[in-house]
Amino acid sequence: MINKVRQHLSQNEALLFERSSPGKKAYQLPELDVPAVDAAEALGAENVRAEIEGFPEVSEVEAIRHFTRLSTWNYAIDHGMYPLGSCTMKYNPRINELVARIDGLAWAHPYQPEALSQGCMQVMERLELMLAEITGMDAVTLQPAAGAHGELTGILLIRALLEKRGNPRKKILIPDSAHGTNPATAAIAGYAVENIKSSSTGGVDLAALEGLVNEDVAALMVTNPNTLGVFEENIIRVAEILHRKGAMLYMDGANMNALVGMARPGDFGVDVLHLNLHKTFSTPHGGGGPGAGPVCVKKVLEPFLPTPRLKRSGKKLTFDYKRKNSIGRVKAFYGNFGVLVRALAYILAHGGPGLRNATMDAVLNAVYIRKQLEPYFDLPYPSPNMHEVVFSDDRQAKLGVRTGEIAKRLIDYGFHPYTVSFPLIVHGALMIEPTETEGKLELDQFIEAMISIAKEVETDPELVKNAPYGTRTSKVDEVTAARKPVLRWKPA
Amino acid sequence: MYPENFRYTKEHEWIHVEGDTGTIGITDHAQEELGDIVYVDLPKPGTHIEQGKSLGSVESVKAVSDVYSPVSGEVLEANALLADSPEKLNEDPHAAAWLVKVKLRAPAEVENLMTAADYQTYIGAEK
Repeated sequence: MINKVRQHLSQNEALLFERSSPGKKAYQLPELDVPAVDAAEALGAENVRAEIEGFPEVSEVEAIRHFTRLSTWNYAIDHGMYPLGSCTMKYNPRINELVARIDGLAWAHPYQPEALSQGCMQVMERLELMLAEITGMDAVTLQPAAGAHGELTGILLIRALLEKRGNPRKKILIPDSAHGTNPATAAIAGYAVENIKSSSTGGVDLAALEGLVNEDVAALMVTNPNTLGVFEENIIRVAEILHRKGAMLYMDGANMNALVGMARPGDFGVDVLHLNLHKTFSTPHGGGGPGAGPVCVKKVLEPFLPTPRLKRSGKKLTFDYKRKNSIGRVKAFYGNFGVLVRALAYILAHGGPGLRNATMDAVLNAVYIRKQLEPYFDLPYPSPNMHEVVFSDDRQAKLGVRTGEIAKRLIDYGFHPYTVSFPLIVHGALMIEPTETEGKLELDQFIEAMISIAKEVETDPELVKNAPYGTRTSKVDEVTAARKPVLRWKPA
Repeated sequence: MYPENFRYTKEHEWIHVEGDTGTIGITDHAQEELGDIVYVDLPKPGTHIEQGKSLGSVESVKAVSDVYSPVSGEVLEANALLADSPEKLNEDPHAAAWLVKVKLRAPAEVENLMTAADYQTYIGAEK
């Protein structure tokens, strides 16, 4: 008997546009007690729009119900396990939210004078120091607004340093297992991208690296543990090979959830890395709040960090804008401050030993899933995994069922799908990352669901191929949607 | 399955040479691996391409993949059919859904490429 986890009942919901009827309003304002101003006269007629075509007009309760209903269709970490590999969808503790809502933090204005912002600046200073300690790096900027933004900032820092040394160089090396943002970052920073094939154990091939690193190479962008969840055991050698030729080692910190409190990138030769606070440090992802991608660097890169830099003189903190080697601002104001507050709350609530425990649990959970599912799914890289595990759909594909279809069936069992078809070096990948959030009960339910689907593939592959059944809409036609996209709703 | 008069690359492109002109496409194995193709990005006529370098890309529901040129030369024509019907690349990759025609700069380059028999052995080993 499978312990299914069922979501709420679905209900149909029209678009807000379809609910509209002329003249309905969701607000009531009192009579004006000042003389009316003619907007066209005040702003210029060309800036005033008489009507917004098709703008929905609904009452307050209609607006509230519409969006509340839509919100119940979401799957969220507060509903259940969210094993989306590479994304570290961990629980966002409520204490973070409580702290971020403290009046003095929530209502702080970026134009507030420094003298009135000392508390906020102290939050940023403490977070910078703690992230530096956790990563073993010398200096941190909190400005970048997300992981890919952090990558770009990091590579621009490397470029600035190399330019200062007389030659920005031409190429960035990227393993074929990397996140797609890595090559995009390199290209936007003006570098050519050269791929390195992974070794048979999923790591960087040292001989291949040695052959590729020359005076044209600016950096290697490496994710450690890599996207297979495997620790790059030759990382110190990798750093040596690069440094010998004057190239830098960039680490994508997307998988830091496997390392916090256990190993420090700064100690194994990394020159620059970005962190994803919305992954490793439990701040909300995507629609739940903006991201944050702080960049941590070694001393040699510190002069190039974005301005303004926090500067302490005695008891007072100031913002230093006069830094002649800085790459300049990468974001308005000081980064996504509310996210920074949440990350600091998370770090302080855990303390050093707590962070270390979280890392060990994240790895333990992924290894447990691997051991339980290994008899049912093909494991193309048997190297020891850390915080995530990547299977391939090899066995199921022989019966005509692919990873994307297994993922859709998983929705019927009440779980968010795992990551599908990534990393690209695994044919038909199923990438599973439980994070430390899950207890054994939830993990076992997930494992039961996966085993049950593996058995369904053998007995009734069509059942799996046509899933999901329990959702409001059945499988959507992704191919036609991509080939002939309809980007705007229009009235029938 | 794989025409004898084509030559093949390790990155799963084919070329069919007639005189000093070559027609380039991706192999049936490539389209099978990519899955449903939704968009094809091809170079304009007059573009110079290099053997082993990207000449364009193919986007499927899974990923965007570079297409590596089997030869060096100048693009004469890009297949207009694929702009509106990228699905042709899944249906007929060795004929109607060719990608570009090129004027070869160094016809001897073709000699480095695999024959149909070699290619079939190659994809057999890759699996």
